[in-house]
Amino acid sequence: MKKFSYTITDPVGIHARPAGVLVKAVKPFASTCTITKGDKSVDLRKLMALMGMGIKCGDTVEVTIEGADEDVAAETIEKFFKENL
Amino acid sequence: MITATGKSILKGIAIGKVRFLAKKQAEIKETAADPAAELKRYEDAKALATEQLQGLYDKAVVEAGEEHAAIFEIHMMMLDDDDYNDSITELINSEGKTAEFAVKTTGEQFAETFASMDDEYMKARAADVRDISGRMVNILTGAETGPAGSDEPFIIVAEDLAPSETVQLDKSKLLGFVTRLGSTNSHTAILARNMNIPALIGTEISEEWDGKTAIIDGYNSCIYIEPEEELLRTLDEKRVRDLEQRAMLQQLKGQPNVTLDGREINVYANIGNVSDVGMVLDNDAGGIGLFRSEFIYLNSKTFPTEDEQFAIYKKVAEMMGGKKVIIRTLDIGADKQADYFNLPKEENPALGYRAIRICLMQHEIFKAQIRAILRAAAYGKVSIMFPMIISVSEVKEAKAILEECRKELLAEGKEVGEVEIGIMIETPAAVMVADELAEEVEFFSIGTNDLTQYTLAIDRQNPKLDHFYDSHHPAVLRLIDMTVQAGHRHNCWVGICGELGADTTLTETFLRMGLDELSVNPGGILGLRKVIRELDLGGAQEPETEAPAEEKPAAPAEAPAEENPAAPVESPEPEPEKQAKKGRFSLFGKNKNK
Repeated sequence: MKKFSYTITDPVGIHARPAGVLVKAVKPFASTCTITKGDKSVDLRKLMALMGMGIKCGDTVEVTIEGADEDVAAETIEKFFKENL
Repeated sequence: MITATGKSILKGIAIGKVRFLAKKQAEIKETAADPAAELKRYEDAKALATEQLQGLYDKAVVEAGEEHAAIFEIHMMMLDDDDYNDSITELINSEGKTAEFAVKTTGEQFAETFASMDDEYMKARAADVRDISGRMVNILTGAETGPAGSDEPFIIVAEDLAPSETVQLDKSKLLGFVTRLGSTNSHTAILARNMNIPALIGTEISEEWDGKTAIIDGYNSCIYIEPEEELLRTLDEKRVRDLEQRAMLQQLKGQPNVTLDGREINVYANIGNVSDVGMVLDNDAGGIGLFRSEFIYLNSKTFPTEDEQFAIYKKVAEMMGGKKVIIRTLDIGADKQADYFNLPKEENPALGYRAIRICLMQHEIFKAQIRAILRAAAYGKVSIMFPMIISVSEVKEAKAILEECRKELLAEGKEVGEVEIGIMIETPAAVMVADELAEEVEFFSIGTNDLTQYTLAIDRQNPKLDHFYDSHHPAVLRLIDMTVQAGHRHNCWVGICGELGADTTLTETFLRMGLDELSVNPGGILGLRKVIRELDLGGAQEPETEAPAEEKPAAPAEAPAEENPAAPVESPEPEPEKQAKKGRFSLFGKNKNK
């Protein structure tokens, strides 16, 4: 299992468009990817649930990746967060 | 005549026949006998809906741009959302519901979740969920989707407009629209702004308006149904004038800001938020002359962190793509208060603990901002500007802190960019010591609002003083002129970022004084540029005005004689004007001889 935490710096937070792009980025991997903010966790493949978390600029989230391709998935997703969110 | 009022999205006039867009409510059967058949219907409908959305996406890319089209891509992804699909198949499989009932119920549930969120943006997303669910239900029940075509231009009146409906409308025939629901954040509102058509939301509409002549008056936020002859004529004239004006202003885009006799000046924009940058670009400003960073503090419940500020400054710098962005450091205090600063109440807040005074006393606040600005400067052309300066020592101190921040960032291995350093000239004291200040910085930006208040000793918030208040007071104009002269003597460019910069009755005066830049609200840019391009100063301009030369010739003796014919101040009262000229030039003569 891989894990990283990240503080959102995009001023608009994870709103519809970034959420869509994020879900797309996660889709190709076989691993289960979960995003957690506070006591709420959702599957990163689920767009509406992700949008429903209302993650804002300054929020710290934790991302967990577990599965066969977790190494490469974790690296790609963490890079995605740093570059886009 | 019927008049209804709402909230105006775009100032403008539209006149035409109303088309009332009624939502066709198809009969929805609740239960079905064969879940497998319903699942198949659902899958087929989903495929068709995806195909339609792809078509809308393609259409919107062309008409409104990729950024506005992205919503349909999100719609496609929402249709494909696991939770959404699970809920629908569950209703069909386990509860024997029809496909359309399952979609409608699920859509409502998801929309409710968004509608109950504590975030205006996310609340508005409920409309997107309803939009895709409505599309599915229409396909499943065979209901008509979207309005039919029409030969005559029309004003759309509807309960609400889903983004997909807006895109389906024939834009060449659409004059404007009026809805009962919708928010200023809705895609519909955004599209209206983008298409530049008048629109009202939050209006009490009526189906009986259908087919009648109406006027949307975006200036007064109302719609008139079957308007009286005279009103129709007046507003139609206004509409034509608007169109002419807009076409003319659009033509100015991309043109240099140069007078008929070749004098050039920079026209920049004032902003308070990242969201203002779109307007700045739309209006073709040469840069951002004043980014009021205090709005970041005012919109926050606690001190904004360095990283939060960095993200905002970086975004603005990047969006401006290499054009200058002048960030004014924290100007809080006086009439701008944030609770978490815990500033004590003052007898005289305008003369109190504010702006640079806070920053020089509470370094941790100042340093977070300066570090953020230095880091953002690596992503664009960023300048930093200190407000409320009264003496040279303050500028030296602020610059020392900036250097300290730069060293710290470099030691931490962080990327930093070069910043141009300037100050606001908004106190008479700063004008008096402008020569010394100019040696410390690369530019001056004159804050005319405070400069006027401090010079005339008039509180602008006090309506009783209107009688005494004169924004063109010769004292203020003379101080501006002194600032320009002092700045130019020391290779320092000089601009105005206060309200006076947008006062087109003074544009000629400012150009004659030799100002290098005027920074105004985005909406005022094109109008100001038009005035500049129509001015003829007769070529009588000091050579010093453009980019200040490397070495300024002192040339004190000739200055007064040469500048006099080109003297500024187009004041209605001749007497103070005369004094202004005399005072001004004798004073500079002395200074220059020194």
